[in-house]
Amino acid sequence: MEELLNELKEKFSSVIIEIQKKDYPTLICKRTGFLDLMKYLKDEKGFKYLIDLCGADYLEYKYKNFEERFEVVYHLYNLDNKVLLRLKVRVPEKDCWQYSVTPLWRTANWFERECYDMFGISFRGHPNLKRILMPDDWEGHPLRKDYPVYLEEEQEWKTYKEFKEKIKEQS
Amino acid sequence: MATYLEINKKQVNEEKWEEPFYINMGPQHPSTHGVLRLFLELEGETIVNCTPIIGYLHRGVEKLGEILNYNQTIVLSDRMDYIASAANNTAFALAFEKLMDLKIPRRAKLLRTIVCEMARICNHLLWLATHALDIGAMTVFLYCFRDREWLLNIYEKICGARLTHTYVRVGGVRQDFTQEIIDELYKFTEEFPPRIYDYETLIDVNRIWLKRTKGVAVVPAEDAINLGLTGPVLRGSGVPYDVRKFRPYDAYVEVDFIVPTGKNGDTYDRYRVRMEELRQANRIIRQCLDKLPETQGEPVVAENAPDLLIPEKIKKPEPKPVPKKGVIFKGEEIPVVPPGEAFASIESPKGELAVYVISDGSNKPWRLRIRTPSFVHISAIPYMSKNHLIADLIAIIGTLDIVLGDSDR
Amino acid sequence: MGIEKETIEIAPGVRQVPGTPVILSPIDKIINWARAGSMWPVTFGLACCAIEMMATGASHFDLDRYGIIFRATPRQADVLIVAGTVTKKMAPIVRRVYDQMPEPKYVIAMGSCACSGGIFKTYSVVQGVDEFLPVDIYVPGCPPRPEALLFGLLNLQQKIKSEAKKWGFWR
Repeated sequence: MEELLNELKEKFSSVIIEIQKKDYPTLICKRTGFLDLMKYLKDEKGFKYLIDLCGADYLEYKYKNFEERFEVVYHLYNLDNKVLLRLKVRVPEKDCWQYSVTPLWRTANWFERECYDMFGISFRGHPNLKRILMPDDWEGHPLRKDYPVYLEEEQEWKTYKEFKEKIKEQS
Repeated sequence: MATYLEINKKQVNEEKWEEPFYINMGPQHPSTHGVLRLFLELEGETIVNCTPIIGYLHRGVEKLGEILNYNQTIVLSDRMDYIASAANNTAFALAFEKLMDLKIPRRAKLLRTIVCEMARICNHLLWLATHALDIGAMTVFLYCFRDREWLLNIYEKICGARLTHTYVRVGGVRQDFTQEIIDELYKFTEEFPPRIYDYETLIDVNRIWLKRTKGVAVVPAEDAINLGLTGPVLRGSGVPYDVRKFRPYDAYVEVDFIVPTGKNGDTYDRYRVRMEELRQANRIIRQCLDKLPETQGEPVVAENAPDLLIPEKIKKPEPKPVPKKGVIFKGEEIPVVPPGEAFASIESPKGELAVYVISDGSNKPWRLRIRTPSFVHISAIPYMSKNHLIADLIAIIGTLDIVLGDSDR
Repeated sequence: MGIEKETIEIAPGVRQVPGTPVILSPIDKIINWARAGSMWPVTFGLACCAIEMMATGASHFDLDRYGIIFRATPRQADVLIVAGTVTKKMAPIVRRVYDQMPEPKYVIAMGSCACSGGIFKTYSVVQGVDEFLPVDIYVPGCPPRPEALLFGLLNLQQKIKSEAKKWGFWR
């Protein structure tokens, strides 16, 4: 385990910013050169299973020590050696995009669509980046910290408002 | 758009139909899997392409998890995978305990394992009932619900609710088992294996069942890992990945059981894997019940579980002489839950259910992410249903064991 | 008049000529009895309450003894049991299924989520199905026990039996 982390730090020193030891080893990476690191992990080191891909919004987080707003978190697993790795990539708000790992793991397809739907982070190289959980003409990205939990009358989704008015007219 | 006469001419002159035929299996259909919409592109009766559209049951559980405190989010977790609620509760509780660094007493671990395995039996019985009903065998539905009612009665004695138990909490469980529950569970574990044999005699060597499930939706092992399939679907293709053996949690370290795997990766193999899991679950419950008397009298909640009703603890300032009028001493703020992040995953009856939580010190999560198996399995439907008939598509949805509350959250 | 002398009362409002199979009663009572004795619901299970609805229809708490058979198509049904959470994306489809049912039709809102939104007060959940459907019976619970659903169905039977002039010329 230690050898793996040291080897990665030597080989990809321009991509990896920091290695933290929490419940599972966490690698904090830069966006440029990230795809090479992922390809190396999948082909050479045998991390064939992508457990999860998600986003996180750090607006006004108390213990924050970096300046970007979003973070994309990957959890990789090696089935032969039973090693779990966590990788994090920081994404700023103005320049909100990240490379897509869909060519490497096919399960990332829907995970990235959900991240786009909920946070607004677009993924370069994704075959079909559309909304998946919300309706297609929804405005706003629900899991951001400045989006309300419950929509009041004025902020209501337009299609649903028109639908309710049509029903009222009918009856 | 071609006119009627031109279409007719095409049909007569050419063998293959040029334009594809689109059909929509809408959100409301008679099989009981929930609100899944499938957009099919057909050529004759074979499927060329299939696009699943989800989101009709998206209730915003991850957003609600940011305004409720840790024990309250466990109530939400029941309603995600509503067939085996105990498994969802365990996943959440494990992630939160990793975050707060709690040590759980052994009796609580055994009780949690018993409840999780009962949930596995409930889930597989309902899976068998609906899968067989979709393919056409209607008697299996009534047989399976008979046993399921027995287990739901036991659940009601344990925690008061039939379907949405919030029994597993942060730090342990809600309350201890009484002697009546233990006796009834012993009786269940003795009478259940002959009943599994009953279900198998109904459909195992039935010619119609074999024709409709053998060779349907074969998934080779490499593709299965790449697509992210887990649980009985992956084990049917020959990969022995089970979170209970690879990253053990609760009392699975002390218990002896085997993990069944299939060979070919078709629908029949997945059916046999799940039937064998029913027997193993029964065996695990028996072993845990035998170990319960050793831990008689232990508490069922961890001792240093934090008090989650207050947002932040404020430390009182040490007594100092009052210097001047108008100066206010403020206490130092201590976080209730250590800030950081935690990731925990369990083997739910459908696959691997993982929870990733980030905390900021207060009694509410900052970000709660739930990775559910049904979301990933639905994304594998286009791959599995290429060049199959529409009737096979029903068998595929059944064998993947999809629940829409789990996938849409 | 002559009716009260020659006939005996066998049920409130229904009279029989003694010794013969001749029954005199208002047409309302016969039609209501026929409708209440064979309510056919449409299978419309959305979420957790659907499992309790299936359990009510299975062998332990039987629904077939009340004459209730689940039909797959709304064109041949007369009750719509909305079981589970209705989201804004799904609302037009529920309304469409309701519009496809022929008169006379009734609606039962089963579960807390269909009655009033339940524990999900969020941006995508309709707070109660009565925002766009006329509901006859509310069955609260999360999920309601099978006995509670049966009580709701029996109350609907009482409601149907007390209707007046819902046939023929007056409809």
